[in-house]
Amino acid sequence: MIRYLGKRIFYMIIALFLIITATFWLMQAVPGGPFTSEKQVPPEIEAALNAHYGLDKPLFEQYVDYLIRVITWDLGPSFKEKASTVNQIIERGFPVSLHLGLQSLAIAIFGGITLGVIAALRHNKWQDYTAMVIAVLGLSVPNFILASFYQYIFSIKLGWFPIAQWEGFEYTVLPSFALAALPLAFIARLTRSNMIEVMSQDYIKTAKAKGLSTFTTTVKHAIRNALLPVITYLGPLSANILTGSFVVERIFGVPGLGREFVMSISNRDYTVIMGTTVFYAILLVVLVLLVDLAYTIVDPRIKLADGGKE
Amino acid sequence: MQLTKEHFEPISMDLREAEDIKRPSLSFWADAWRRLKMNKVAMASLVFLILLGLCAIFVPLISSHDYYTTELTNKNKPPSAEHWFGTDDLGRDMFVRIWHGARISLEVGFAAGLIDLIIGVIWGGIAGFFGGRIDEYMMRFADILYAVPYLLVVILLLVVLQPGVGTIIIALTITGWIGMARIVRGQVLQLKAQEFVLAARSLGADNGRIIFKHLIPNALGPILVTLSLTVPQAIFTESFLSFLGLGVSAPVASWGTMASEGLSALRYYPWRLMFPAIFISVTMLAFNLLGDGIRDAVDPRLRK
Repeated sequence: MIRYLGKRIFYMIIALFLIITATFWLMQAVPGGPFTSEKQVPPEIEAALNAHYGLDKPLFEQYVDYLIRVITWDLGPSFKEKASTVNQIIERGFPVSLHLGLQSLAIAIFGGITLGVIAALRHNKWQDYTAMVIAVLGLSVPNFILASFYQYIFSIKLGWFPIAQWEGFEYTVLPSFALAALPLAFIARLTRSNMIEVMSQDYIKTAKAKGLSTFTTTVKHAIRNALLPVITYLGPLSANILTGSFVVERIFGVPGLGREFVMSISNRDYTVIMGTTVFYAILLVVLVLLVDLAYTIVDPRIKLADGGKE
Repeated sequence: MQLTKEHFEPISMDLREAEDIKRPSLSFWADAWRRLKMNKVAMASLVFLILLGLCAIFVPLISSHDYYTTELTNKNKPPSAEHWFGTDDLGRDMFVRIWHGARISLEVGFAAGLIDLIIGVIWGGIAGFFGGRIDEYMMRFADILYAVPYLLVVILLLVVLQPGVGTIIIALTITGWIGMARIVRGQVLQLKAQEFVLAARSLGADNGRIIFKHLIPNALGPILVTLSLTVPQAIFTESFLSFLGLGVSAPVASWGTMASEGLSALRYYPWRLMFPAIFISVTMLAFNLLGDGIRDAVDPRLRK
């Protein structure tokens, strides 16, 4: 276990190092410096700016500086938004994204499990088919299409929810549901197939034979075992919610980190792109590791071992 | 009725004939194809995708409109006999643009799928076959790349490189092959211990022949299933990136860029979003359903 954990953390650090290195050198490859703009900057001022931000040093030194700053969690200033640093942008945007993400995850888990269990209990009946049609639609309709569609129907046509912005609970509903669709569909399909398998196990027959009600058998015996594999997918699914936030936040004008990231891409604000990428990379990599660890705690039958990754 | 002796004749008792296989023997692939053909949903998806491909090739060739001519007197027109899907904010014909978008989506999907397939099969095949230290190093490299978040790398590369279809394909495949490599490696590890490999080896087959003639063909089922997931994933990612403004550049139209442009005009000209949205969704749906069908056909045990 310790050995496995050590190995995983080692991989994680190498992967993060690769990402940081790649972001740094890729950004260097972009033509034009951060102060290249429409306005002609006098050469003395540009030199002073470069000296201020350490851009006059040799590239390798800049790279080492950047690594050290990332380790000490200082992601540098934003070049387009003069008043803020990348740290401030993350601190400002991330809580909003986190709120939205957790809300969607909750919808996805609750909705997905409910749908999956209903489908499995009514296997090959209309409830099953309906649930699976919903699930396959959820997997197929891209989140940005779904978000636009929700906005058109529920805000513009029906006026039930505000079109955009982020000022209260009613503003969070549509973005959360748009983000939750794919994870929900995925969880529903997974839960259904696991439930069907678990329901044919002997211990379910035993539970039924000793006279437990359908409810108790389902909830206490079947769902618990059927949900275990769902946990493994929580890592990738959270990653999906996170990247989905790039488009959904843009569509609904949510002032989260996803929108900041997309804006920094279209503004070519390189320090923000670098900083946010590094932040997202750390977040995702740690998340996947935590989910894997949680899995072993929930299911003691699983032993994390070197061979257990296939 | 009087039964005479002529009514009776001995049935053939030839044992050798009884042992004959009466029905034509089906190869694995013929059997999988037969199962796939029985799956109506999957067949409908397949037909749809073939039609989509044919239209993507031929509609832009025979249409009287093209995707880049702007006609500013004729902008934001709803669907009509002249412009079947209406026109966009520069008066370009949406119908032709949609089929151009289909070309890009299918191109990206199949090219990314094919490259992932080639790299993944070679990488996974070699790692699984030779095992030991080679396997260790090759898969460790893959594991590290796998820990790098996919979409972030793609976005980073697209920010830096020239926008275009080629760049998108490169960005998608740079970490995309790992899933395939893992599947192939797992299959090869399992298969190489079986007797037919030993038999081939004792007949003098070299490693290359064993890998490509014996192991890979036997692993084709899982490879095909993985491929059927890679293609829609690539199509989705392309439209997602184009939606974010990182895809192909104007005047070339991709479904993602069209959806992105349509979004800003959603309130007044909803068809500008509707058509690309329907095409992306239905195409993804068809690929997913076909993928499910292929999985069930190739491995009936997985059917739930």
